[in-house]
Amino acid sequence: MKSLSEIETTSKRASRAAGFSWGVAEEVGKCIRLLELFGFPGIKNLNQYYQNRNDEIFEDLNLINQSNKSNKSNFCPITLGVSFLDQIRTLEKLKKCTFEGIAFPILLLPFLSRSSEIIGKKILFKFDENSFLINLNVNISSNLYLKEFPSKAKNVEISFLENEDTFSNDDWKSLYKLSENTFVEETDSLKQGAAGAGLTDND
Amino acid sequence: MNIKLRDPNIIMKLSRLGSFHQSKLSFLRSFLKEFKDWQYQRDLFDLDKNGFGVAVYSFKKKERIYSLICFANEISDDERSDRVIATKWDAAFTLHDGVPSKNDIQRLKNEVPKQEVGRLSYKELTLSRANKSVRVFDHVVDNLSKGMQPDINLLEKVGYLYRTTAVYGSGKFGLADRFRIKNREEINGPFRLEMMLVYLVRQFTFDQVNHVAKHKNPKKAVQLDPKICKNLGIGNSTGLGMAPFIVNHPTLLNNWILCRETALKKIREIKHVASKDKDLFKNCIRNSIKNITSWNTESEYQLKKINLLLKNIRKFVKFLDDKFDFEQDYPFNEIYLWLEKETCEECIEYVVSIMMEPYNEIIEPLIRKMSSEEERYFNIPTNRTVEELRNIIEKKYPNILTINFEKKQNFKKFWFISKNKEEPRLADRFEEQGSNLEQPLAIARDIKELHNKLLESNNSLTIDKFLINNSNLRHVVRRAFIIEKFPYSEIQDNTISESIVPIDMLRLKLSFFGALKFDPRSDKWLRICMFQGAPLPNELKNYDEQWVYNS
Repeated sequence: MKSLSEIETTSKRASRAAGFSWGVAEEVGKCIRLLELFGFPGIKNLNQYYQNRNDEIFEDLNLINQSNKSNKSNFCPITLGVSFLDQIRTLEKLKKCTFEGIAFPILLLPFLSRSSEIIGKKILFKFDENSFLINLNVNISSNLYLKEFPSKAKNVEISFLENEDTFSNDDWKSLYKLSENTFVEETDSLKQGAAGAGLTDND
Repeated sequence: MNIKLRDPNIIMKLSRLGSFHQSKLSFLRSFLKEFKDWQYQRDLFDLDKNGFGVAVYSFKKKERIYSLICFANEISDDERSDRVIATKWDAAFTLHDGVPSKNDIQRLKNEVPKQEVGRLSYKELTLSRANKSVRVFDHVVDNLSKGMQPDINLLEKVGYLYRTTAVYGSGKFGLADRFRIKNREEINGPFRLEMMLVYLVRQFTFDQVNHVAKHKNPKKAVQLDPKICKNLGIGNSTGLGMAPFIVNHPTLLNNWILCRETALKKIREIKHVASKDKDLFKNCIRNSIKNITSWNTESEYQLKKINLLLKNIRKFVKFLDDKFDFEQDYPFNEIYLWLEKETCEECIEYVVSIMMEPYNEIIEPLIRKMSSEEERYFNIPTNRTVEELRNIIEKKYPNILTINFEKKQNFKKFWFISKNKEEPRLADRFEEQGSNLEQPLAIARDIKELHNKLLESNNSLTIDKFLINNSNLRHVVRRAFIIEKFPYSEIQDNTISESIVPIDMLRLKLSFFGALKFDPRSDKWLRICMFQGAPLPNELKNYDEQWVYNS
């Protein structure tokens, strides 16, 4: 088994060899490490993407807008990922952005995951029939786990989820009521003697 | 009195970093302290009459066990090389997490001797190999087998029976990644497990030499005197492999230096020094002189430094004896100011290390701050502006900005990774091929280029926009934001100049390891000794903390 340290170093060096700057290569190293840590096939897809770059041209998206459409070729997931990470504080304000044509969308995942941690919000990443809930760089839920990842995503939507409860108020009240069964009903004597602070705060 | 931390623009110069010495903060000393109440044991010693075979040593506390597995092999003299590029060694070692099963030992027997081309697992923590100092090892075997102790002068001159050429950890060759074990309290300090490996290897070398001598002459052989053992360490040959580490781990480097600087600041701020602390300091200074006089090297560069150090230390001892009054307020501050004025860099840093000896209460909390959660500082704060970044650079890299990188001598060298051994190398870019594959270790040059670009950019431009057209400078943009928070994270020198002395970078790291007697063999590699004078495993429960000076 390869260690994450080996995965990071090799991904970084390969990215530099594939033509990215050292700074971007460092980002890719961290991201592939993260993908593998989360159990996604990072090395396999990075390798395939770099092999494809020998024959295919990919478009660099450096400045991300609300709606982003590639011209003839698909967007490079690395350049897009770095741009997304760098511009995350601006993008967050858009609530949602869309992309048409991203190569190897799995390679964008770790950039979104790190972005989610920076803004402190979950990110929903959907393309074609697939969806990923990216949770503050702590975990990623997906309906694609253990399946073959597509080498391109046609229609992509990325939404920033507000920090809201995932449950109803009634659910909360009901559970809270149950939790109260661990509390002791206070008698007058307990009210007088069991609290640390005084009963009045007017002195 | 509030003493300021020393200026990174002075301390982080290579000549200063290359003058650092071991101290109480050093990893091998903090390792001994941490593991002194662990249960040491030799679990297996299955060597043949020539000393070849398998041995296992362990440290145990409660449910935690670390086991060193040693494989001693027969190699011919022409296969024995000091360099990292060798492929066979007299012995190979791994530190296993827990008690190794028979299957583990069998698996490791196939992999550990192969070192870089072998594969380890997450159950192994560190990996190393070592060669005999054949002359010394054979001499010791011969004498012990005749019932005599070996020639002390010869042993003192060399200082060890074996020397290692590399100690690997943190995920190399399949070893456990640091994140798997980082929350263990006993290894909350850098390189603890690497230190454990070297320490246990030292014991193996004594056991092996005794074993071979005994089999050579079972009736007459005697054991190596424990006092002699104590004064033997483990040698180490170190090349450029260590140099990129300190550039590639800026927050870790900062934490090491910051702890040293904080210790010095706190010691200088002590108003009244207790008599016992004064005596301990003075004794260590005096006793340490023999570490200098017994420091052997053929390197002219190092000999000059040693001679100057010796001269300066003697001058300092005379000053302490004849003129200095420890009863005055803030005596260590006075000493420091005198050193700055009267002595060389090597001497200043030597005495700074010894100043720490009396002060466990200052040093111990700092030792726990010497690791780094590097990932936390990796992201670039891209919402900051060009103006802010430029201000950081001008404030934090003032000397580097004065270097003229148009001049050939200032960018003559380049760092690269060799294809054969995947090891870092340094070469002349005007004479050798390969500079197009240069590693990102020319920080001074790239910071200067970044600064020039920032001067041409709009002040209010945010970094995310700046990076769109300056991706080639992304690695130094990251570093500049790191140095804003971590003042000692950067070498304030030119690592590609014609005059660079790479062993200064190695010495910095080795001093934090706790190495003694740096012996440069060229400007690119050196030999050192570790654990010379350190307590033996069976003495750990109650040992002299100042063993470095008193042995």
